[in-house]
Amino acid sequence: MTVLDLLGADDATDVVPPVVELRGAARQFPGDPPVNALHPADLQVRAGEYLSVVGPSGSGKSTLLNLLGLLDRPSSGEYLVDGIPTAQAGERERAAVRAQHIGFVFQAFHLLPHRTVLENVLLATIYSGVPRTERRDRAAEALDRVGLTHRLDFRPTVLSGGERQRTAVARAVVSQPRVLLADEPTGNLDSESSAAVLELFDELHADGLTLLVITHEDDVSARAQRRVRITDGHLRELA
Amino acid sequence: MTGLVGAVVEAWDELRLHKMRVLLALIGVAAAVTAITAVTAAVEMLAQGFTEQDERFNGRQVTLSVDAWATSPDVQADTAALDATYATALERYGITYASRDMYTQVPFRFPGGTRPTETRAVDPDLGVMQRIGVTEGRWFTDADLQTFAPVVVVNEVFLESLGVSGLASRPTVLLGDASPVRATIVGVTPRMWQGEGPSVFVLYDQLARWYTPADPEWGPTVPSLKVWVPPEAADDLAPRLQRDVVAALPGWEVQINDNRSMGSSGLDGAARWVALGVGAFALFLGGLGLVNIALVTVRHRIREIGIRRSFGATSGRIFFGVLMESVVATVVAGVVGVVLAVAVVKNIPVDFLFGGGIQDMPPFPVSAAAVGMVCATAVGALAGLLPATVAVRVKVIDAIRY
Repeated sequence: MTVLDLLGADDATDVVPPVVELRGAARQFPGDPPVNALHPADLQVRAGEYLSVVGPSGSGKSTLLNLLGLLDRPSSGEYLVDGIPTAQAGERERAAVRAQHIGFVFQAFHLLPHRTVLENVLLATIYSGVPRTERRDRAAEALDRVGLTHRLDFRPTVLSGGERQRTAVARAVVSQPRVLLADEPTGNLDSESSAAVLELFDELHADGLTLLVITHEDDVSARAQRRVRITDGHLRELA
Repeated sequence: MTGLVGAVVEAWDELRLHKMRVLLALIGVAAAVTAITAVTAAVEMLAQGFTEQDERFNGRQVTLSVDAWATSPDVQADTAALDATYATALERYGITYASRDMYTQVPFRFPGGTRPTETRAVDPDLGVMQRIGVTEGRWFTDADLQTFAPVVVVNEVFLESLGVSGLASRPTVLLGDASPVRATIVGVTPRMWQGEGPSVFVLYDQLARWYTPADPEWGPTVPSLKVWVPPEAADDLAPRLQRDVVAALPGWEVQINDNRSMGSSGLDGAARWVALGVGAFALFLGGLGLVNIALVTVRHRIREIGIRRSFGATSGRIFFGVLMESVVATVVAGVVGVVLAVAVVKNIPVDFLFGGGIQDMPPFPVSAAAVGMVCATAVGALAGLLPATVAVRVKVIDAIRY
């Protein structure tokens, strides 16, 4: 008899919490009239899933990303990361969840120009509790994973767009987060670099990483196994 | 502790990356720390100069002076008994430094004729007790007490009046009028003020041996006794000395004076605070410059702060990080400032500037360096507060959209 049997669960999904879960989460910005950027939404993303959120400009994609990345709080409802409720959590606790569970990839890369590629990747380990003695090795491994071993000591300013985004991906995964949030990851890349980054995402997904990609490009969205469309703040699962 | 070390390391790393910014921000702070440290050190050295100057006139702390004077012109002084009393007292109370001291006029023969000259009859210890320095030759030693012919230490004016340019020719001078004795000049004291007349130091016993003054108009005189004693013993010793001397000089008035109330300590008070005030104001101005540059820098680093926050940096960590950058920077500036101050103070002729004659030049005071470092750290912390507060208020969402 297994633990699941004891709990009377049908399968593991009933007891293992989703990596990210919105429960009626909404975001309203005050004003006259107030703006409902995200209407009450339910969303579950389980470990190992590759989900894309697609929608046009102004549809609420960024609002959703900010909530999912714990950069903002829902006006109502709850948001759980690995089963941890975060909507009412303190700033320190949310920062800890962000550091240990979430990795970010931004459209504009957001690398620190004065730091080397290695130092940029190393940055994320500072806050996620990686011991000081392991940080450099972990960063080098992450850069090896994205094929940038030959660029460790370069400044981001001399890298191509594709290399910068791969550096950003290495930085996002170096702390082994539970979910990778990517905001328009190919928005600033040419088609060749875009393809390389998407290929990298496929590989990370194949390795078991949970990915949530927000994009306005249908072809990027199509790479995911699950797709959600956001329109005027309403989430709708696509077939 | 690990967090603090980590924050310091991170702060140092940031500063290393932004050398030019740091350099610009810290020039003013380093200069102000140099000023405040150098002034603090200079004031301490100046205080030493003033202390020594006081000690030349009044003796080292605490010098007790046993003065006796005849209550009428008819009383006599048994100087032999007095000397014996002095000797017994010194031995009984374990006094290491003591000197008889008598101001008198003694005739010396100059090229223009014999003329009475201001003379001080003393013992060799007075040289240490009153920091009597010589520009040439030497002060008296105990060996001089054994010489038959007198030796004298004269001032520069005396030597000039004698028509002698230095001690190389082993100059001598005739002491006394009716039957003078030839005294050897062994040392020359510096000229202390303009218009100073010739003066001489002579060993008390030698003067007593070779010269008997005419009866003074104001009655008999005896030498004072000066003793240099530890401050804690002075109060206890004074009445005992007085009692002993009274017993040896019946009919004489005996008074004990000590030099604790003499001299000035004004330099330790007002002058020091004025100097520190000027330095503090300079540091304040340097700190303002630092705040200005730090604020501009934080505004340029808004995106970086947002990125750090998105990867899990707490607002407290951001605040502490920015604050520590300022503190570490000013500590570095403080070290530079203190090193510069040491270099300046060690390489300027402080002794000359203070009028010369400082015998025990104090080492660069650690307290001055400590004051400089404390000021640097404090100004770094204060200057870091504002930019750290601005950094914490950065909205992550806005920062990464910036």
